[in-house]
Amino acid sequence: MKKRNHRLLASLLRENLRYFLGAGILAILSVFLGFFTPAVLAEVLDNYLQGLPSRLPAFLAEAVEALGGRQFMRANLWLPGLALVMISVVSGACNFLKSRWTSIGAENSARRLRNDLYAHLQELPFAYHAKAATGDLVQRCTSDVDMVRRFMSMQLLSIVDAVMMVGIALALLIPISLKITIVSLVIMPALFLFAWQFFKLVVKAFRRADESDGRQTTVLQENLTGVRVVRAFGQAQREIEKYEEAAADTRDKYLKLAWLDAIYWSTGDMMGMAQSLLTLLFCLMEARAGRISVGDIVVFTSYIGMLIWPVRNLGRILSHGGRTMVSLERIDEILRQKRETDREDAAAPDLRGDIVFDRVNFAYEGGGEVLRDLSFTIPAGKTAAFLGATGSGKSSIALLMQRLYAPQSGRITIGGHNIAQVARRHLRARVGLVLQEPFLYSKTIYDNLRMAAPEAGQEMITRAARDAQALEFIEQSEKGWQTMVGERGVTLSGGQKQRAAIARTLLKDNDILIFDDSLSAVDTATDARIREALRRRSRDTTTIIISHRILTLAQADIIFVLEEGRISAQGSHEELISRPGLYQRIHHIQSGLEDEFLFQAHNGTREAAHE
Amino acid sequence: MSDFSHIEEQDYTRKFDPGLFKKLFLHMRRHWKKMGFVAAMMAVLAVTDVILPLMTRHAIDHYITPEGLSSPLWPFGLAYLGIILAQVGSVFLFILVAARVEHHVNYDMRMKGFRKLQELSFSYYDRTSVGYLMSRLTSDTNNLAEAFGWGLVDLVWAVIFLIAVTIAMLVINWQLALMVIAVVPVLAVITAWFQKHILKAQREVRKINSRITGAFNEGIMGVKTTKSLVREDANFEEFSHLTGDMRRAAVRAATLSAVFLPLVIAISSLASALVLGEGAARVLRGVISLGTLTAFVNYSVQFFNPIRDIAATFAEMQRIQAAAERVVSLLETEPDIQDSPAVVEKYGDNFHPRRENWEEIHGAVTFENVTFRYKDGTEVLSDFNLDVRPGETIAIVGPTGAGKSTIVNLLCRFYEPTAGRILIDGVDYRERSQLWLQSSLGYVLQEPHLFSGTVMDNLRYADPEASREQAMAAARLVNADAFIRKMDKGYDSEVGEGGSRLSTGEKQLISFARAILHNPRLFVLDEATSSVDTETEVLIQHAIEETLKGRTSFIIAHRLSTIRSADRILLLEGGRIAEEGRHEELLRRRGAYYELYTNQFREEAAGQLLGRRETAAEA
Repeated sequence: MKKRNHRLLASLLRENLRYFLGAGILAILSVFLGFFTPAVLAEVLDNYLQGLPSRLPAFLAEAVEALGGRQFMRANLWLPGLALVMISVVSGACNFLKSRWTSIGAENSARRLRNDLYAHLQELPFAYHAKAATGDLVQRCTSDVDMVRRFMSMQLLSIVDAVMMVGIALALLIPISLKITIVSLVIMPALFLFAWQFFKLVVKAFRRADESDGRQTTVLQENLTGVRVVRAFGQAQREIEKYEEAAADTRDKYLKLAWLDAIYWSTGDMMGMAQSLLTLLFCLMEARAGRISVGDIVVFTSYIGMLIWPVRNLGRILSHGGRTMVSLERIDEILRQKRETDREDAAAPDLRGDIVFDRVNFAYEGGGEVLRDLSFTIPAGKTAAFLGATGSGKSSIALLMQRLYAPQSGRITIGGHNIAQVARRHLRARVGLVLQEPFLYSKTIYDNLRMAAPEAGQEMITRAARDAQALEFIEQSEKGWQTMVGERGVTLSGGQKQRAAIARTLLKDNDILIFDDSLSAVDTATDARIREALRRRSRDTTTIIISHRILTLAQADIIFVLEEGRISAQGSHEELISRPGLYQRIHHIQSGLEDEFLFQAHNGTREAAHE
Repeated sequence: MSDFSHIEEQDYTRKFDPGLFKKLFLHMRRHWKKMGFVAAMMAVLAVTDVILPLMTRHAIDHYITPEGLSSPLWPFGLAYLGIILAQVGSVFLFILVAARVEHHVNYDMRMKGFRKLQELSFSYYDRTSVGYLMSRLTSDTNNLAEAFGWGLVDLVWAVIFLIAVTIAMLVINWQLALMVIAVVPVLAVITAWFQKHILKAQREVRKINSRITGAFNEGIMGVKTTKSLVREDANFEEFSHLTGDMRRAAVRAATLSAVFLPLVIAISSLASALVLGEGAARVLRGVISLGTLTAFVNYSVQFFNPIRDIAATFAEMQRIQAAAERVVSLLETEPDIQDSPAVVEKYGDNFHPRRENWEEIHGAVTFENVTFRYKDGTEVLSDFNLDVRPGETIAIVGPTGAGKSTIVNLLCRFYEPTAGRILIDGVDYRERSQLWLQSSLGYVLQEPHLFSGTVMDNLRYADPEASREQAMAAARLVNADAFIRKMDKGYDSEVGEGGSRLSTGEKQLISFARAILHNPRLFVLDEATSSVDTETEVLIQHAIEETLKGRTSFIIAHRLSTIRSADRILLLEGGRIAEEGRHEELLRRRGAYYELYTNQFREEAAGQLLGRRETAAEA
C-alpha cells in the first residue's frame, strides 16, 4: 500500500521536477543569504566600530583592503547599509522565484490529480459507482487533493528550509565557538520533539471539535428541512434545546482545543525564548571573558532567533505529514480501480437488427440472481414492452443493453452482433436510454438538450422538445431556453425532468430506444402524446418501453411479462388479458374498480387506449 | 453536506458601515469583559515585544564594556526571565480567552439565529433556501466570531506595538527613529494594495474551487447519464478547462503573495540600511552606544509586522461586514405570523405555553370568505368557504396548483388568510396562540421527514413522554412493527440522517405512527401513504379509518381507498370548490371528479399491484 503512495507522490514530483528542483536550490540559496545580514552587522560592530580584526572571507577582505580598509569604510558607512539592501533584494528574488515555482509545481500536480480522478471516475464501471458513496468520492477528489497540494506547495520546502538552516547555522557557528554552539542549540531538540508530539494532540482535538461541528450542522439542517414537522407538532422549544445541546458541545470541544492550543503555543514560546536567553547569557559570559566580541553576540543571537521558528514548524509539519500520506492513499484507492474496457476485437457494427437475449443470467454484485436464463427476441423496428413487479429485473435489461453491466452468462445480440464485442461507446451512442430518474447537468436547459447532439440546431432541438412535450414548460419558464437547471439552477419537477431527458435522447441518432419507466412522473394524457409523437418520429427505431402503466404498455407490438427474472408470458395486449397471469390480474383489478362506478367508463378508456 | 460556498462569494462593494458593527457589538454585551481582557493581554505582549531588543541593548552596553565587567549578570537574567514569563503567560491567556470569545460569540449568535428561525413564518422559508439559511448559522457566524476573537487580537497587538516601538525609538534617539518611520508610509501603501489584491485573488480561487467540487459531484451523480450519452470526452474537456482556470488563478494568487513578502522585506531593509549607516557613524562619533545601534536595527526589521496585521484586518473587513449584514438581517426579520400580545399574555408564546389556559379543541373548522395571495400577488384562494363538523373527514382532490396544499397550510396556520377568517370551534384562530392549534395537529406529509436518532426517538418526537409500549402500539397500528423489528436493533435502530436508512414508504409509516401517537384533534394527511405498497396499504387503511374516527381530518390524496371513505370530497379547481359530495354522488354527476377518477386512479391501482415500493427502494 505504502509503496504505491510513494510512487504516486514520486511521479507527481518527477513531472514537475524542474520546478521543485529549482525551488529547492533557491531555498538553499536564500537560507544561505539569510545568514549574511547578521554577518554584515557583526563586521560593522567589530571591525569598523571597535577595530577588531575582520572576519570577512579572504576575497572580500582583500577588496575592502583595496578600497582603503577600515578607514575607508568608516568614512563610507553607507556601504554596509547598501550590502544589507542588496542581500535582502537578492534573497527576496530567490524567495519570490522559489514560492512561484513551488506553487506552479503544486498546482500542476493538483490539476493532474483532479483531471486523472475525474477521467478515471467517468471510466470506472457503473457497478463501482452503484456501491460507492458520492460524498466520500467527492471528499477524496477535493479535500484529499487539497491536502496533497498544500503539502507540496508549503510543507515540502519548509522541511528543506528547516534542515538547511540548521545545517548552515552549525557550519557558521561552530568555527566561532563550539561551546556556545552547543549551549545555543541545547533546547532545540526538545522544542522539536515537543512540537512534533504535542501537535498530534492538537490535531486529534481539532478533529473531535470538527466532528461535533458537523453534528451541530446536521441538527440545523434537519430542523430547517423538517420545519413543517417541527411546527405542526409544536416542537420548537425542544428543537431549540436539541440545537443548544449540539451547539454547546461544539463550543466546548473547541474550548478544550483552545487549552491545548494555548499550552502548545505558550510552551513552544517559552522553550524558544529560554533558548534565546540561554544563548544571550552564555554569550555575555564568554564576551566578558574576552573570548568573543559584540559582533559574535549579534551573530549568535540572530542565528538562534532565525532557527527557532523553522524547528518548531518542522515538528508541526511532521505531525501533519502522516495525513498527507493518508490522503494519497485515499486518492490512489480510486485511481487503482480498473476501468471499463472493450475487447481488443471490438467493432462498431450497424445495430439496426433484431435484439436477442439468449439464456442471459445476471446478478448484481453481492445480490441474488436478477435474470435467470432469460431469452427473448425483439424484431427490428418493433415496439416491445416490459411489465413486472419490483425486483423482476426490468431495469436490469435496460442496463445490460447499454453494457452498463455485463451478464454473468448468456449472450445479448443485436442484429447478430454480440454486444460484448461491440465498442461500448458505439453501443451507447446507438442505443438511446432514458432513465426513470434522469440526470440534468448544471447548465442551461438548451445546453442540456444539445449535449446529446452537439451539431443540432435550434430547430431540431425545438422539435425534439415538442415531441417530448417539454417545449411548453421550457418556453414558459422565465428565461426560456436559457434557464439554468441542475443543482444550482431551478428545480424541475420529476415529470419535467423526464420530458427534458426524453427530448435529449431523441436528439441523438438512435437505432434502439429504451424508456426505463421514464414516463412514470408525467400524467397519462401527456404520456399518450409523447408516445404518439414517438411513433410519428421514428418508424424504424426498435423501441423498448418499461412501465407500470397498462395504458403505456397496451399498444406495444409485443409485451413481455417478467416475473422473478424470467418471462412468464408474452404476447399482445389482447392475448395477455385473455390468459390467466399477472397481466390479467392487473386488468381484473381495473375492471373491479370499474364495476363499481360505470360500465361506460371502462369502454370509454379502452377506446381511448386503442385509438 | 452540499456546498454552499457560491452563496458566500458575492462581490463586496459596499462602504464600511459602523452602525452595523455597533449593533453586533451590542449583541455581544456579555463578552465585553473577556474582550477587554484579551486586549490587555495583547498590550502586555506588545510591550514586552518592544522591551526585548532594549534588553539586548542593555546587555551589550553594560555587561561587556570594561567598566561593566564586574557588575553581576544574574539580575539581568532574572529580569529577562521575568519578561519571558510575562510574555508566555499572556500568550497562554490570550489564546485561551480569545478562543472563549470566539466560541461563545459563535454559540450565542447561533442560538439567537436558531431561535429566530423557529419563529419565522413559512412565507420566509418559501423564499429562502435551506442552503442559504444554513450558511447564515455556519460560515457567517464562524467568520464573525473569528473576527471578534482573533481580529481583535491582531489589531490590538499591532496598534500597541506600533505605538510602543515608536515611543521607544523616539526616546532613545529621535533622529534614527525618524529614519525608520520614514519608510512606514511606503510600507503601508504597498501592504494595503497587496492585501486587497491577494484577498481578491484568493476569493477567485475559492470560487473556482467550489465549481470544481460541483463538477465532481455532478460527474459522480450523473455517471449513468454520462455513460449512456457517451459524454465522457466532452465532460472531461469541460472539466479540464476548469482545472486549468484553477491552476492559473491559484498560481496568480500565490505569485502575488510571493512578490509581496520579499518586496516588503526589501523595503524595510532600506530602513535598516539607513539606520546602520547613520547609526554606525554616530557610534564612531560617540553619540550613541553599540547597544542602541543593534536595538534600532532590530526595530527596523520588526516594524513591518504590525503594519501587515493592520492591513490584513482591514482587508478582511469587507468579508466580515458582508457576514455581519446577513446575520443581523436574519436576527431582525420579523415573522409574518405573530400572536398578539393579548394572546401571548393568556396562552403563552411558542416556547413557553400556558397550557392551563388552553381551551380544548372539538374540531369544528370554518373557512369564512377566505382569500389567500402570495407576497408576489398570485391569488391562490378567493372567497373560499367551508364548514367542517367535528369528526368529519374531508378529502381534497384536484389538479396541481388548485390550492389543495394552501387550504392545509392555512388550516395549520402556517399561513394566515389575506382576507376572511378561519374559525376553530367558532373562534377566529388568531385569537388563540399558534402553539394551541399546532399542539393539537396530526400532520403527515407525502415526503416524510425524520430526524437523526432511533426509530423510537422519531415515534416519540411529538410526545417525548409517551411510553415505549404506546409508541409500539402506534407502530403496530400502521403495520410498521414488522419491518422495524427486522432492523438491526429493532426500535432502537438509528434511522440515519433524515431517515436515509429507510425507504420512503417506511418513512411514511413511521411518520404516520408518530402522528397517531400524538393523539391529535385535527388530522392532516398530505398524500401520506403514497409510497406504501399495496398490501400494507390495505392493512393500514383500516388503521387510518380507526384513527380518524372522531377526529376532524383533511386528506390530500390520490389513493382511491382513502378518498372513497371520506365523508366529503372537495374537488378544487383554480382556488374554488368545483364539486363537492360523497364519492358515489360525484361519480354519478359525471363531471370533473369523474374525469379525474377515470384518468388517474385506474392506472394507479394497477401500479400498486406491481409494487410502488420500487420507486422508493431505488431512489
